[in-house]
Order: sequence, then C-alpha cells, then structure tokens
Amino acid sequence: IMASSYGAKEEDGHHPGSAGLGGAAIRTKKPDNTAFKQQRLPAWQPILTAGTVLPAFFIIGLIFIPIGIGLYVTSNNIKEFELDYTGTDMSSPCFNCSQSWNSTNTCKCELFFSLDQPFESNVFMYYGLSNFYQNHRRYVKSRDDSQLNGDERSLKEPSKECEPYRTNENKPIAPCGAIANSMFNDTLDLFYIDPNGKKRPISLTKKGIAWWTDKHVKFRNPGGSNSNLTTVFKDTAKPVNWHKPVYELDVDIENNGFINEDFIVWMRTAALPTFRKLYRIIQKNNDMTPTLPRGNYSLAVTYNYPVRSFEGRKRMILSTISWMGGKNPFLGIAYITVGSICFFLGVVLLFIHHKYGNRNNSSDIAS
Amino acid sequence: MARETGESGETKSTKVKKHKRRKSKKESKTRTVHANILYDHTKGGDNPNRHYANNKIKTTKYTLLSFLPKNLFEQFHRFANVYFVFIALLNFVPVVNAFQPELALAPVVFILSVTAIKDLWEDYRRHRSDKEINHMDCLVYSRNEKQYVEKYWKELRVGDFIRLRCNEILPADVLLLSSSDPDRLCHIETATLDGETNLKQRQVVRSFIDLVSFDPFKYNSVIECEKPNNDLNRFRGYIIHRSGRRDGLYKDNLLLRGCTIRNTEEAVGIVIYAGHETKAMLNNNGPRYKRSKLERQMNVDVFWCVVILLVMCLFSAIGHGLWMFQYGDKRPVFDVLSPEGTDLSPVVSAIYLFLTMIIVFQVLIPISLFVSIEIVKICQVYFIHQDMELYDEETDSHLQCRALNITEDLGQMQYIFSDKTGTLTENKMVFRRCTVAGVEYSHDANARRLAMYQEMDSEEEDCTSHGGTLPRRDSVTSHQSGKVVLRSQSTKSHRRTGSRAEAKRASILSKHTAFSSPMEKDITPDPQLMDKVNECSSQMEFMRFHSQPLNQIPPDLCDIFDFFIALTICNTVVVSSPNQPRQKVVVYYPPGQLGNFLEELDELLSKFPEDGTPLVLLCDFRLSLTNLQFNRPEHDLQHAFSPTPPNFEKTKALAQDECELRYEAESPDEAALVYAARAYKCALVGRLPDQVTVELPHLGKLSFELLHTLGFDSTRKRMSVVVKHPLTEQITVYSKGADSVIMDLIRPATDDCKGKRQRKILYKTQNYLNLYAADGLRTLCIAKKVLSKEEYASWLQHHLEAETAIQRREELLFESALRLETNLQLLGATGIEDRLQDGVPETIASLRKAGLQIWVLTGDKQETAINIAYACKLLDPEEEIITLNADSQEACAVLLENSLHYIQAKFLCNPRPDPQAARDYAGIHFSSPVCSPASSGHSSPFLVHRLGLVIDGRTLAYALDKSLEDKFLAVARSCRSVLCCRSTPLQKSMVVKLVRNKLKVMTLAIGDGANDVSMIQVADVGVGISGQEGMQAVMASDFALPRFRYLQKLLLVHGHWCYSRLANMILYFFYKNAMFVALIFWYQFYCGFSGSAMVDQWYLIFFNLMFSAFPQLITGTLDKDVSAETLQELPQLYMNGQNSEEYKPYMFWMNMIDAFYQSLICFFIPYFAYVDSDVDLFTWGTPITTLALFTILLHLGIETKTWVTLFFTVALCYNASCPTCFSPSNTYWIMQKLLGDPIFYLLCVVTPIAALLPRYFYRACQGTLFPNPVHMGRQLDKLPVDMRRIFLSQSQMKLGSLGSLFAPRAPFFPLCGPFQKDYRPRVKQTHMSGTKQKEKAIANPIPSKSMEMRDTPLSSKNSDNHITLNFRMQEEVQSCRQGSDSPLPENLHCVKEPSSPITGTLPYTKDTPGSRTILDSTGLEAPLSPTDLCQVELLTSTPLLPQTESMQLMSPPRSCFLGQKLDDEDHSNQKSLLKQAGDVDHTHSTSCLQEHSLKTTFL
Repeated sequence: IMASSYGAKEEDGHHPGSAGLGGAAIRTKKPDNTAFKQQRLPAWQPILTAGTVLPAFFIIGLIFIPIGIGLYVTSNNIKEFELDYTGTDMSSPCFNCSQSWNSTNTCKCELFFSLDQPFESNVFMYYGLSNFYQNHRRYVKSRDDSQLNGDERSLKEPSKECEPYRTNENKPIAPCGAIANSMFNDTLDLFYIDPNGKKRPISLTKKGIAWWTDKHVKFRNPGGSNSNLTTVFKDTAKPVNWHKPVYELDVDIENNGFINEDFIVWMRTAALPTFRKLYRIIQKNNDMTPTLPRGNYSLAVTYNYPVRSFEGRKRMILSTISWMGGKNPFLGIAYITVGSICFFLGVVLLFIHHKYGNRNNSSDIAS
Repeated sequence: MARETGESGETKSTKVKKHKRRKSKKESKTRTVHANILYDHTKGGDNPNRHYANNKIKTTKYTLLSFLPKNLFEQFHRFANVYFVFIALLNFVPVVNAFQPELALAPVVFILSVTAIKDLWEDYRRHRSDKEINHMDCLVYSRNEKQYVEKYWKELRVGDFIRLRCNEILPADVLLLSSSDPDRLCHIETATLDGETNLKQRQVVRSFIDLVSFDPFKYNSVIECEKPNNDLNRFRGYIIHRSGRRDGLYKDNLLLRGCTIRNTEEAVGIVIYAGHETKAMLNNNGPRYKRSKLERQMNVDVFWCVVILLVMCLFSAIGHGLWMFQYGDKRPVFDVLSPEGTDLSPVVSAIYLFLTMIIVFQVLIPISLFVSIEIVKICQVYFIHQDMELYDEETDSHLQCRALNITEDLGQMQYIFSDKTGTLTENKMVFRRCTVAGVEYSHDANARRLAMYQEMDSEEEDCTSHGGTLPRRDSVTSHQSGKVVLRSQSTKSHRRTGSRAEAKRASILSKHTAFSSPMEKDITPDPQLMDKVNECSSQMEFMRFHSQPLNQIPPDLCDIFDFFIALTICNTVVVSSPNQPRQKVVVYYPPGQLGNFLEELDELLSKFPEDGTPLVLLCDFRLSLTNLQFNRPEHDLQHAFSPTPPNFEKTKALAQDECELRYEAESPDEAALVYAARAYKCALVGRLPDQVTVELPHLGKLSFELLHTLGFDSTRKRMSVVVKHPLTEQITVYSKGADSVIMDLIRPATDDCKGKRQRKILYKTQNYLNLYAADGLRTLCIAKKVLSKEEYASWLQHHLEAETAIQRREELLFESALRLETNLQLLGATGIEDRLQDGVPETIASLRKAGLQIWVLTGDKQETAINIAYACKLLDPEEEIITLNADSQEACAVLLENSLHYIQAKFLCNPRPDPQAARDYAGIHFSSPVCSPASSGHSSPFLVHRLGLVIDGRTLAYALDKSLEDKFLAVARSCRSVLCCRSTPLQKSMVVKLVRNKLKVMTLAIGDGANDVSMIQVADVGVGISGQEGMQAVMASDFALPRFRYLQKLLLVHGHWCYSRLANMILYFFYKNAMFVALIFWYQFYCGFSGSAMVDQWYLIFFNLMFSAFPQLITGTLDKDVSAETLQELPQLYMNGQNSEEYKPYMFWMNMIDAFYQSLICFFIPYFAYVDSDVDLFTWGTPITTLALFTILLHLGIETKTWVTLFFTVALCYNASCPTCFSPSNTYWIMQKLLGDPIFYLLCVVTPIAALLPRYFYRACQGTLFPNPVHMGRQLDKLPVDMRRIFLSQSQMKLGSLGSLFAPRAPFFPLCGPFQKDYRPRVKQTHMSGTKQKEKAIANPIPSKSMEMRDTPLSSKNSDNHITLNFRMQEEVQSCRQGSDSPLPENLHCVKEPSSPITGTLPYTKDTPGSRTILDSTGLEAPLSPTDLCQVELLTSTPLLPQTESMQLMSPPRSCFLGQKLDDEDHSNQKSLLKQAGDVDHTHSTSCLQEHSLKTTFL
C-alpha cells in the first residue's frame, strides 16, 4: 500500500478516451445539478407545534363523536339472543347429556326460551363455543389445504401437518387433521311454540353460511363435482371423532364431502377462544310478519359435542344483522372516547398555545 | 523522543519476534542476503534468499475459491447473523417450528448475500489496486542478459540488483551500493512515507564508496541485517566481504520502498526486504474495522431487544405450561398431540414453546436493520458523492467516501485533529514582502499575482489547447516570464491526454522538485526595490571597474545588496537542472529549424487520435527538443562570459541556463527566498561544498567562497554561512533566522551616526515584522556581520577544535556557532506566506462554533505552526498561550503541573468566573436556555477556556507517557486550541488515541501526507486531503476531501443529516418491530400461549424485511430535518449530533413503551370489535396487520421531518398494496372480503389515531414548550429567505452576546465579539500615528481583516472603547490578583533557575508589539511607572498582534505586587498612558502579569 499511491487519484479522474486534444469536450466528474442528487426534492415540512396541530385535534374530535354515536345507535338496534345449552347446571335439560357423553349414543335435549322482541329481518343462527382454543398453533396448522381442495394425491398422502390425525388403520384420513377431527357436530333445531302451545319448526337455511370463495374455490371434492363421493373416498378413513364419513355429511350432493358448508365454516378457525360460528340462516318470509315474532321457542339439541373436558360452553345465538355486522357497541364507544380525548387534548393544546406559543414564536430562533 | 522511539522499538521487536516464530523456527535472528546473480534464478533451490518474501503484494482478503467459505465465516462473526441462522435452522426442527422452514431461511439468505456482494466488490477494488502496483516497472539486473532489464515490481526478489533512475519510485527496501552522484550520495524524497517533502540524503555503503561504476558480477559480499521490522528510522547490519572484512550498515544506506529518487541520475542497490516485509508495508497496518458510535449504541439496544425477547418468550413458555397444566389429564380436542402422537407434559411443551416463541418473535431482533442501515449508508454515501459543493473543479475531484459504514459518525465528532501543512495550508511557500534597511517593500504586484492565482483557482481554466498538452517540465522553462502559468496543469493535462501510464508519470514528474509551483517561483518584484537593486549593482560594477572601495556606496544600497546576497547564499539549497538525465544533450538544432520542427509536431499532435500513448511519446520528444533549444545557446554564452573560476567547470549542472535551474531545498521557505532573490536578478546558480555562485545583474557571476555553514537547528532557530566576499574580500557572516532570536543578537554599531541609523532600522523592522506576523506571514530576519581577519582567526581556531573534538562535539559546535552569531547587523526581514487554503479560517471558526475542539498536530517547527495557527484563526490573538517545552520527563511533569495549577488558579478557583471564559462558553455553546444545561460544557468539569496550548514533539513524548498523560489531557482539554509541533507520525496517532480512549470522545483526524496515516487510522473518522502529497493519506482515510474547507459541509450538513437520519431510522426500526411483535405477544393470552399468530407467516417474515422497511429506507436516505443552508449558518445545530440527542438510551425505552402502547391499542380495538363474533383467525389478523402498518407508517410520518413527495408516492403505494399481496391460499380472499366490510374501514380510522395520539400530542407539546435547536432550525427554514437572513444575522450576534435578541442593541457590548473588533483598530491608530504616514505605503492589496479594521474611522476618543478597555483592565487586575494569591506563583516562572529540574523551557515568545508601537510613537527613555506598566501590559494583551499573550513559564520568580496598587487606580488615566512610554525591557519584568510578560529584545 505504501507504494500504491501513484496514480490512484488519476485513476479516479481518468476517463479513457474521454477527451481529445484541446477543445474536445471534457468530461469531468462534476456531479449533476439535479434536485434529486443535490437533495433538493420538493418537500412538505410539517412542524408540529401546538398551534399547527390544534385544528387537527378539534377536527378529529368533531368528526369522531358523531360517528361514534351513530355506530352506537346502530349497534343497539341489532337484536341478539343467546342461549347456553352446555348443561353444566343441574337444572339444565342438557345436564344429563353433558355428563354422560359417549360417542356411540346420541343424546338429545330440548331447551325452551322466549324472545321479548320480534326479530324483524333475516336472523342468523350461530353456535358459540367458549374456551375452545381453535387458534392453538398446532391445531391451526393441523389441516391439509390441498386435500381439501380436492387434490387426489393429497387425499391418499395427506400432509405431515395433519399428524397425528393423518392416518387411521393405515388409511389416510379424509379430511385429515385435528381441525376436521374436532368438528362441531351438535344438531340444533328451532321450534316456535304457538301461544296455544303447538311446536312449529322454523325452517333453517344451511346454504350460504360459508364464504362463497371457500365453497367454490378453496374447498373442492376430489374427482370433480359430479363424481360419486363414496367411491372417491373409499380408500380413506373417517376422522377418528366423526360418526359418519365425510361423504355422508349431507344428502345433498352440493353440500356433501369437503364442500359441506358446516364443515367449511368449521374449518375456518376462529381467532379467539370464545367464538361463534354461523350455523343456519332464518330467512325472512314476507314483509308482513317478523322473522321471529315475540313468543316462546324451543331448541332441540342433538348433544354430540363434548366441551366439559376444557371447561367449554356451548351457546346458540340468534342475531339480526346491520350494515356493520353483528351487535357490537364497542366500536361506537371507541369512536366516542377517542373523539372526546382528541377534543380534550385540543383544549389543552389551545391553552398551551395561548400561554407559550407566542413566546416561542417571537424568540424561537435564538432563545 | 529517544525514549519514546526506544519504547516503540521494543514493542516492534516483540512483534517481529512473534512474526518470526510464526514464520519459521529455523531462521536465525538476522537476515542474510546474498546476491541473486550468484545463483541460478530458475532453479532457486540453493538460493539462500528463497525463503524471503518476494515483492508481490496482496492486500485482498479473498481468492475466488476461498470467497464463499471465508466470507461466510467472517459474516458469522457478527452475532446477529449467527442468531438469525440459528433461528432459521430452528424452524427445521418439527417440534418447535413455527413457519415453513424454507420461508424462514429467506431473510437470512437475503441478508448474507447482500453483505457478501458488498464485500466482494470491496475486495475487487483492492485487488485492482494491488495489481496496478505489482505491475509497475523497475530495472533489475539479469544474470543471463548481463544487463539491467525491465521487470515488474512483483518479480523483484530479495538479493536482486536494481538500478534506480531519477524520479523513480523505490519498489522495495534497497541497500544503496552505488550512485552516480560524485559524493556517492543519493537523494530521496520520503513524502509518501512521512510526508516530508524535503530531500534526504542516503549514502552508498562505505566499502563501495570508491567504486566508480558498480559491476554486479564483482559483488560477492554477504549482507547480514536485522529481520524485517517497521521502524523506519532504524536499520542495522553489516556487510561481509569476501576478504572477511566487515562494514557496518546504517539507516543512511537504506532506501525505503515508496520513496522517490531525486537529484540522482542513477543508483544501484540490492534488495534487502521485499513486498510485505518492507518497512513501508510493515508500517501499514490494515485499516481498522470501524464501527460507528451510533452502531455501538445500537448494539446495546439490540442486546436489550434480546433481553426483551427472552423475557417475552419465557413469559409465554410459563404461560403455556400453566395453560397445559390446568387441563390436567383431560386433553382438550384442540390441544393437538405431537406428530409422534405422544402426549407432552406441560413442562416439556413449555420448553418447546420457548423455542417456538423465539422464532415467532424473531422480528423483534431487527434482522433487516443491519441490511437497511447498510443500504441507507450506501445511499448516503452516494448523495455525499453527488454534492456539488464538495466538488473541486480545480482538481476535478470530489469527495470520496472510502468507508461506507461510518457516515453518521460525521455528525457526532467532538475533536478534530488536523495536520497543518497541506491540510490547512497549500504547502506552498510564497514570498510576499520584505523590508530592507527599515524600508518596507510591499510587493503589491506580487500580492496581486497571488490574488490572481486565487481567482484562477475559482475559474475553470479553459486554456487547455496548447499548454494543456505540455507536461509540466515545460512550464518550468517559462517561469520567469511572470505571465499566467497554469496551475496543476500537469496532472490535469495528463488526465486529458488519456493515457494512464502517462498520468502516473506526470504525477511523479510533478513531484520532481518540491516547492516549485509557478506560484511559488514567479515572484513579481517590487519596482521600487528592483530599481534600488539595479542602482546598487550598477554602482558596484562601476566601482569595481574603477577599483574604488565599495564602502562608498550609500549604506542602504549596500544593505540591499547584502540582503539579497544573504537570501541567495544563506541556505542549503541545491541547484540542479530540471531535465534528467542531464548529459543527453547531443544534437544541436539551429533555432529556426527547431522552431519549424516544433510547429510541425504541434500539427501532428493535434491530428492524433485520443488514444494516449503515441501522443505521450511525441510529447516527450517534443519536450526534449524544447530543452535543447534552451540549452544549447546558453552553453556557449556561459563559456564565453563566465567570470567564474576554472574549478567551476567541474559540475555539469552549472553549465545550464539559469532559467532552467531548479532549486531543491530542505524547507519550502528556503526555496521561496531563493526564488525571491532570483526575481531580483540575484540568482543562485551553483552550490558546491566550498563555493556558492551567484549571478547578479551588471556584475555577472560572483563566486563566494563558502567557509562555513552553520546549519539550522531548532534551538538556535537560525542558520549562518561564513563566506569570503568576492568584492570586498571581507569575511562576512550572513545569518537568517526567526525574528525572535535574530533581533536579540543585533547590536547596533557604537558610533553615533551609524548606531542611530541602525537602531532606527531595528525599530522599523520590528514594526514591520509585527505587521507581517499579524498578516499571518512567516517572518525571517536577515542579518550580517563582518569579521575582521583576527576575529575570524580566533573564532576559527575554536571552531576547528570543536569540529575535531571527539567528545561533546555537538555541544562544542553549538557553542561555537553561538560565539559567531553575535553583534549582528540587521539587514532586513522577509515575510513568507504559506498560503492557507481557501476558507480555512472560516471553516475553523464555524467548526468551532459547532462545538468541535480542533487540535493541530504538525511536524513543523513551533514558530511556523503558531504563525499558521494565528492565520487560520485557530489561535486567537487574545488567547493566552501556554507553551510547553521540556527536555526531560521531570521537567515535563513540572510544567504540566504548573500549567494545571495556573489554569485552575486563573479560571476555576476564581470566585467570579472569568468573563472571557464565560464569553467563550457562550460563544461556543448554543445559548438557548433550554439546551445549554444539557450541553457538554456543563456536564464536563473542564470548561474550555480561552487558552491555547503549544507543545513540541519532545515534550509531547514525555507528556504521552503513562504517568503524565492524564495531566496532559487535563491541561489540553481546558484549552481551546492545542497545537502540537514537531510531532512524529507515531505521536500524532498516540495523541489521537489518547484523547479517543481517555476522553471517550469522537475524534476526526484530517491530513494529507503519509505522516498522517497512522493518525487517520486511529481516529474514529479519518479524512484525507487528496492534495499535494501523494495518496497515502487518502488511501488510509475514510473520507477523502479535495480541500480542507469542504470539511465544513461534510460535517455540519452531511454529518448532521446522516446522523439524524440514521438515528431516527434505527429508533424507528426498534419501535416498529417491537410494536409488531407485541401484537403477537398480546395474542398469546388468547391462544393458550401456543405460539400462534394471527398474522400470516409471510407477513410475519417479510414485514420486517420489506413492507415496513422500504418506506423507512426512503426516509432514511432523503429525510432532511434542517436545510443545508441553515445547518451551515447555524453550526450550533451540530451539537445535536455531538450530544447524541437524536438517539439517547432513554429514547430506546421511550420508543419501546410507545410501541407497547400502540400495539395494545392496535390489538385491543380490533379485539373488542370482533370479540365473540364469527371472525376467523386471519380475517381478524389481517386488519390488525393493516392497522399496524398504517400506524407504523403514520408514526413514520410524524417522525419524518420532511415529507418528500417521492416518499409519499412510493411509501403509500407500496404500503397500500402490500396487505393484498403475498396471500397464500390460506388467506385467500380475506382482504377482498375485508375491503367490503365497513368495520374494517372504521377500524382503520380509529385505531391508528388512537395509537398515535400520545406521540402526536407529545411532539406538538415539545415543539411548543421545549423546542430544541434543531426544531428552531426547522422553523427557520420555513421562513422566507430574506427573513431568514435577518434572523440569522441577529442570532449570530446573539450567540456572541448574552443579551436578548430583540432588545435594542446595548450601547456597548463589554463582553461580546463586536467590542473586540472595535477596540482593535484603536491601538492600531496609535500605532499608525507613531509611524507617521509611512504605514500608508504598506497598503495591502488583498483586503484583510485588519485592513478593514484600519479603515474604520474610529477615533481614540470613542467612549465605548474607553469603557470597554477599563472594563477589561479591571478584569486583568482581578486575575492578576488572583495570580498573586495563588499558592504557586513561583512555580509559574520557575524555569531557568539553576536548581530547577526544567532546563530549557523556551516558550514561544514574540515581541509584544503593542508596547513597542507605543514606544515608537514617543520617546524611548521616558521612565514608566509600575502602574502604568501594568496598563501597558494590559494594552499589549489587546489583539494587535497574534503573539501578544503568551504565558511564559520563565525565570526568575517575582512577586506580584502591582495588583494591589492598581486597585484604586483611576482608570481614566489610561489614555495618558498611551502617550507614556518607558524602557520596557527593564521594567516589564516587574510586571504582575507574568503571562503577559514581554520578552526583552530591546537594548
């Protein structure tokens, strides 16, 4: 290096053939005078001082509070009814079912309830589970999406992620994995009890409870839509906890196998341990009568699903829906709160600005 | 010094030992070198030299094969990389894996490859430079061809004979065996090694001295020498001849690699050390890996991140264990068994979970931070490169960032260590003006000429057509024409001609003669003086012709004559001709013919294609022709007219036209003086050991018999020659030296008439000297003495005794010189300018305002250094200077002790803080009441005082000793400026190291020469000036600047930007990652601590790497908190970076807390919005991700100072699109679904606002309640331009004073800057009135500050001034009292006492001009009362001249009694004082103000 100096600079400045003798254009290394290179890009420089941010705070406050009130009112107009049918309580009709659960016998119980207010529009019927950690890491992963998408190879060779619910008795499980294995399999039936005591079943629509994309894109039966599911699934085993194989989930061919909507809904793992999943939709019949008028109802439960082992709860939820979804007053409250805080801070800033801002503006440079 | 080198020698020898042990155990302690030609090269098996390293150098790290493994290995030294790889690998373990293993590997691979590519590129650059060096040519003796053949450097081997020609660079360490020089000397220039541009002599090995021509085949000796080591100043060994005779070898015999042969046509040597074993290479330790301060700080916080991560993981693991535990044996359906189907106990599963969590939370450790920082830094480097203001048109070079990873350090500098010559100055000594016999010759034309150069510098010269093609040698011939000569044309032209080889040669050629740029040589004579010279010489000729005694010439003419003779001969300048080799003149072309030929050539040349090589050849050819043209006729002329003695003929060099003579001087000012004399036709044409030949107008060539040369030494500070005058036949002594010493030796003649005149000359000259010094000129006094035959004889006798003495020879010679140099007669004085580079004082002032401490470390001598320091405003005339000169360890200890006490007594223990210090403090620190308590001044116990410290190399060596370094630092850091003179390269680096390590500050070293290399490498940031002295400094530096003044913008603007950008970016990264990870952490509470994440794994992994990093990269590169203009105008803003205000430790935690808060908001608002709903995992997770991104982006928006439109578009587009991209099938359609959901939008509005509310509010409050300087700078930016200017000018003033900005200006500012300027001219006024109108003649054409001052019409009755002066005096009295009360007054001036351990503490002293001007204005003999004296002292401390105040640690101790008396002194009588005068030199010693004491120079 000691001797390396010579010409190092020339090397930098050297442009082979860049210049001829006298007069030829000389290329120098002079940087271009462009806004970008000289870092003079157009820019907006906001300076945050009490004075400048004051309006923002007030504006936010003034906008948020009405929105919040609107949301709150909307949410309060949504009617919702919840019924816990876990049967932990001795008095509950389902107590027996919950206590002596075994997979072979089906246990049935019936609960009665009444609605104080009529449910006007379409009513969504949910089942709700509590303390069910569908979001457990290993649980969430325990599925094979390609199998569910109708991939023949995955049907025979399910993904390793499905372990330990991958194979049963050397047969691949379809659908494999813990999620499918633990599918909710209670059957809920709703009856309206006439004022004169007669039970009238309420028709529950099971079509359209899953996302359209799930039903038509993400989930597919192997071997195309019209093939015989029994033959397609013949080399597979049913999930351990299931009573029936997957091709017997429903009689309707459009709702059987992997594209059974209850199954699809279940496979969409809930985000939080307490969750509800759409079970059925009660369509509004006509404009004259409410979908669910005031009165007494009964819920007939085929109690299959055990939740006692993890202190879980099972609920049936009836809810109408608004443009913003289900009943949730929180968002409205949040808006009102944030708006109020903004407004309050705005006042504080106004005070600060009034008291200190002027001082600073006059001597801001040198003080 | 000796001690120090001894020490370093020891360390080196241990190093060598280690080296040896590693290399080969068989090798003995010495190296034996045989000549290679005795052995067959091809077989080499029996060649005893075969074990030695060859001359090929390789500084690259990798080879093609070893690159991948080695680079990976090195990258894994970085802890972060290991960590990330570990995590990626962890993903392959099924039990703990969180993501798809391949996906997890992606970021690590990305990061490793980015770094690898960068390393590869850097290594390639090194490889290229190595290759270039290895392929340089040299002449090696070939055994087969029996002659010297050209070979590449890399083919050179130890034991080879090489022939070196003039101007060649030494390829290896070579033992000099033969030289064409008649004295068997070889001159080398060691600039690339130590930066000294003077020539050094090396001697042929003693036993070969008598050989006329060296025949390699006759060489059969063996050389035994020491092992390769890095001590440049040591070489020991011996050469064993066939006869068995041994001759010692010394460092004088060794030519070192990298030096350049000068002035010697040809030399032959044998290679002793080659390649990496050369001393130069051994000295060159590889560049230190520099890690910026910010990065160090960051690493601490990365560590904290790790801790946070572990805590979080541990928390989760425990939580998971408990969660598992609560279920007991009943396994819930959702608790999936392990893949093997086994049941995991809570504990085991907690342990597994711990590892899983590390993977999930890995984002917390900002993996992309390191890469992002590198990318941002590269962008920053790019922008710095592109800055137009850092581009130097003259050299067509711009700033080079050689280190890519420390840009932000530029914004945090606290100490600057600067080289002087070549860094602050241009390293061009220019004769500016002189005074002869008391008459000043201002050389206006000369000054104009210099100004013209300056203008030329600024204009881009377009005159490339003709001159541009001529290499430099040409311009040498035209030096006397005084017309415009292209500066630095050589390198430039060659760059344009295209050939690289030629460019290289040109750079070598341009170094051919040191100190000979046209600017230095083409001195325009002062017409007045010129006339006198002509008159004088014609008279002399007349008298000689008429053989009249010469002493009838008027004395002033005689003085002029002597003056120029002294300039010409009183030096050690060697004369040579520029064209080497010199004997090539064979053919003679008639001039006309030649002219035609040249024209033809020109035509030919212009037709030539741009391809360089043939052109170059032609150029050379043409050149040699040009030379011929000039050579030939002169030859004839000389023979015809030369009146020189016959022995003159023996040197060919003298038989040349004087136009072509070139002066090779040891010091640049010698050359400057000789060139100056030549401008007056008094040209030095030849120098022989015993004779100097001078050509004079009318008189022709005169030969002076050189009887003795008493060389310069730093103690005497002068040199003398004793000659026999050819005209008068008198023995004359000509002396030249520092004014401080020469003036003491002047003794006016005793007889009345003559004595009076001489005394008058003395006073006048002194005045002018002061004036010169005030202008920052280097002053030299010229004196002569005529010895009678008897005097000479008696002196000669002593001198011969001294010369022949065996013991104490040096001492005796010194004494002998002292005996001779007495009773001198003053001839005149010269002012030489080492021109400061443009803008140096302004840069220094502004850097200082920015709170930077500037130390100058120079190899120059003390006087020069101080002069320059004044000129570049490093030292202030009002500053006191503490000079530390000691020649023993003990003395140094005492000196330091005393200085410390002095400083304490003066500044610290003073009940009333010294107002100057206070003012200084206010001036240095931003006087905002908010920021000043935080500024360094308060936190440090050492206030920086208005003090300058000057220390010389020898003392420095003692002071750097372990035992004293703390004291030295304590003294040094209390001084505003520190000047280390005569320091060696090693010392420079030691000083830097000391300051860096002990004070824990950020240091920047700037220098241009190879002697600065070590310093540059040691400092946190090394800056090289790509100026005159080779490229060594540049190669070692982190940044290379074309000029010193660019440092201002580099530091203040780019440094600030880089720092604030990076600091903000790093903080933001931490925040962003913590915020993101915390989201997942909160989620763990709702998923049984199972390590589940609601965020898709793609988001999770690429979030850090891409989504959020990209906008930040743009802000990291483009954000601008304050505009460049404001930053430069308000240097105080730089302190922001110095105090690390953008990134303080607590800020990390603030950011963390903010991140946790924001993540809580971002988590729980969606949580409550979706709780107990049918939302699925990712449908819920995606809004959270989106919210988080919005929040993070808006956060960035708040933190961003400038919303560059580019940032807007890119960042927003990118981020708006990213939530929908990268959706694997799992999250299919979620986003689309969400986009139709109003809640999503509602969430997106409320959450970020809620999350950012506190920060926004805090920033707003901060902006109003406690704005920091940067904030104000930004506000300033928003003002319209004219308003801003007003504000700035006001604030500048404000910074000087403590008063309110908007208050009406006080009638007088007792403590602020303007006042000082005000009273300055006043003293000058008196001074002017004293010197009558003659002063007017000394009009300085270049408007200097003092000139402006002088022009201001300030009457001495200005009341403001009065008051201020009084004020000042009171303070002085105060401090004086303080001094008397201090317990150690005696120690302060204890020096020359016999009992004192300090033997020679010669402080730098100059005559106090203030007092002298006063004296001059009135009579000389009036007594001065002590009181008045004290006031005189006060006045002398006013800044008329740079050197007024110097603290002298001098003898003898005196009590300070005047302070008390002065107490009740009526201050108003000070006006009368100005008219009073006294014999100061007798009375001043009683001064109470020791530190202001005058040096007695009056008789």
